[in-house]
Amino acid sequence: MSLLSVQDLRTYFHTRNGVYRAVDGISFDLERGETLGIVGESGSGKSVTCYSLMGLIPQPPGRIESGTAMFDGVDLLNCTPAQARSIRGKRISMIFQDPMTSLNPYMRISDQIIEPLMIHEDITKADATKQALEMLDAVGINDAANRMHYYPHEFSGGMRQRVMIAMALITKPELLIADEPTTALDVTVQAQILELIEKMQHDIGMGVIFITHDLGVVSGLCDRVQVMYAGRIAETADTRTLFHQPKHPYTRALQKSIPAMQPKGTELYTIQGLPPDLSKPVAGCSFAPRCEFATDLCRAGKYPELKPIAPGHLQSCLRVQAGEF
Amino acid sequence: MPETILELQDIKTHFPITKGVLFKREVGVVKAVDGVNLKVEQGEVLGLVGESGCGKSTLARTIMQLVPTTGGTVILQGKNLTTSSASEILDMRRDLQMVFQDPYASLNPRMTVFATLAEPLLVHKICTAKNVAGHVAKLMETVGLASRFMQKYPHEFSGGQRQRIAIARALALRPKVILADEPVSALDVSIQAQILNLLAELVRKMGLSLIFIAHDLSVVKHISDRVAVMYLGKIVELGEASAIIENPLHPYTKALVSAIPTPNPDEERNRKRIVLPGDPPSPINPPSGCTFHPRCPYATAACQTTEPQLEAFQGREVSCIRKADI
Repeated sequence: MSLLSVQDLRTYFHTRNGVYRAVDGISFDLERGETLGIVGESGSGKSVTCYSLMGLIPQPPGRIESGTAMFDGVDLLNCTPAQARSIRGKRISMIFQDPMTSLNPYMRISDQIIEPLMIHEDITKADATKQALEMLDAVGINDAANRMHYYPHEFSGGMRQRVMIAMALITKPELLIADEPTTALDVTVQAQILELIEKMQHDIGMGVIFITHDLGVVSGLCDRVQVMYAGRIAETADTRTLFHQPKHPYTRALQKSIPAMQPKGTELYTIQGLPPDLSKPVAGCSFAPRCEFATDLCRAGKYPELKPIAPGHLQSCLRVQAGEF
Repeated sequence: MPETILELQDIKTHFPITKGVLFKREVGVVKAVDGVNLKVEQGEVLGLVGESGCGKSTLARTIMQLVPTTGGTVILQGKNLTTSSASEILDMRRDLQMVFQDPYASLNPRMTVFATLAEPLLVHKICTAKNVAGHVAKLMETVGLASRFMQKYPHEFSGGQRQRIAIARALALRPKVILADEPVSALDVSIQAQILNLLAELVRKMGLSLIFIAHDLSVVKHISDRVAVMYLGKIVELGEASAIIENPLHPYTKALVSAIPTPNPDEERNRKRIVLPGDPPSPINPPSGCTFHPRCPYATAACQTTEPQLEAFQGREVSCIRKADI
């Protein structure tokens, strides 16, 4: 049985300017110990997906319109607050993008790290502090015994992200959600953090959902990748298949537009136009207005369904499904 | 032989750290840029890379004379900017323009596109108030914006379009050199590609020189002819772009290149990453000798005492005393 099974999740934001369909009907599974990468441009709904799972969507204006997310027999989207509290921060942890703003500046690092343990486990403060120290050592903070009494502002960006990771992992979660954990960091520090997440995953055996817009990061870290566009999944496959045999025109266009995958000096492929306004429903495929292969069939009717074209490889382009290319 | 348009000689930009309110004492100094020599030729794209805090933005601001130089000279077309008067610098700005990182912050939200683009044209008397509209329309077309958007405000545009406006503003005075400080790092990949193509096209068509600052090496490799790698206020390696990224010689460049994740799962899994220990040291109290030695996997005792110089080596310039051994 999957560790997490999300079915038909829809999260809309009801604003004065209309209803924004940030996440509009996505389904996916995550196995134990698996790393799933979610990639997409800003506004594609990748963060809202994870915030919905964690119950972090501000309501109102947000509302989870439909869907279930089964985590070990509990539906995360329709459970009691007490059930959610017992899972969140213990069995599911999250790391946020910006380590500068996600730590409490008024609390010592030691107090912040032991907080999840003190809440979720029957443990004395001394024992919790001991575990925190081991965790800080494990994430590579030198002189942790001394430094754990510092405040966040005394740490650099990379160190703060290590603290965030230590805090997320101290309860040995079964699922870690990482929302762009390295985007705010320099590449050399990013390499350290990616290595750390890999090692920790190996040690604890947890499932990881890794959100990023960087295809490079995904290629080394993830077992499976899911490409999102305008609140929906455009394509999902295991990492090698997605990079070597991308099918959906959006995935292909995305790969053609990164400089690292193109010969130097050539003109980069550009996707025409802009992502759609999520408050105005588009007829047919939401990528059709920017797609060079779109036909009248693509621009009419409902959004095409995600269908398998090979075992484990699902995509939503009608023309690919029809075998036209 | 292409003409050298901009030359930096031993540029130093230091910021004092003061303590006390009434009697300010200087307690230290941040050596943001510490001895940079560079030449930029006409029509050339020079990439400037390095991690945050390495001084690349300060260097750009120093070239623009937006911060005072502590030492060294900036020579633009044979004229020394560091000893010029304020009015002379204003004249020079015509030839030297800048594009900033964040198009959400670098455009005045209360000015229409027309007002933003007309301002430099009128200040520098490129045209009269009567025919300014035609000039603005032409500028907007150059950067791929329809001139019917002239009366719109920045908030009505997307990030990519705003960056186009910022580029149009920089081009208004037909400069010789454009300094672009992380112009694409705030943009999504599909938009990033549009802006990179636009910059490359402008360089080719208008014979501009471009100093392109970025932390993303794959972007820099794509657009640049030459690359300068900075670490803690100094250039550690300088040379032809593909050569540096495919075969880095300085240990820091090696680590930097190996840290970039490649979007190819097979390569990525078999690749040996050089993970540098620790964070970049503080420019307030830089390490002795080679400033990279505390994090360098090849460092020896000599590296702690000898300050390496940028020297010609295998067709480029490298600042490492062990460059021949590693």
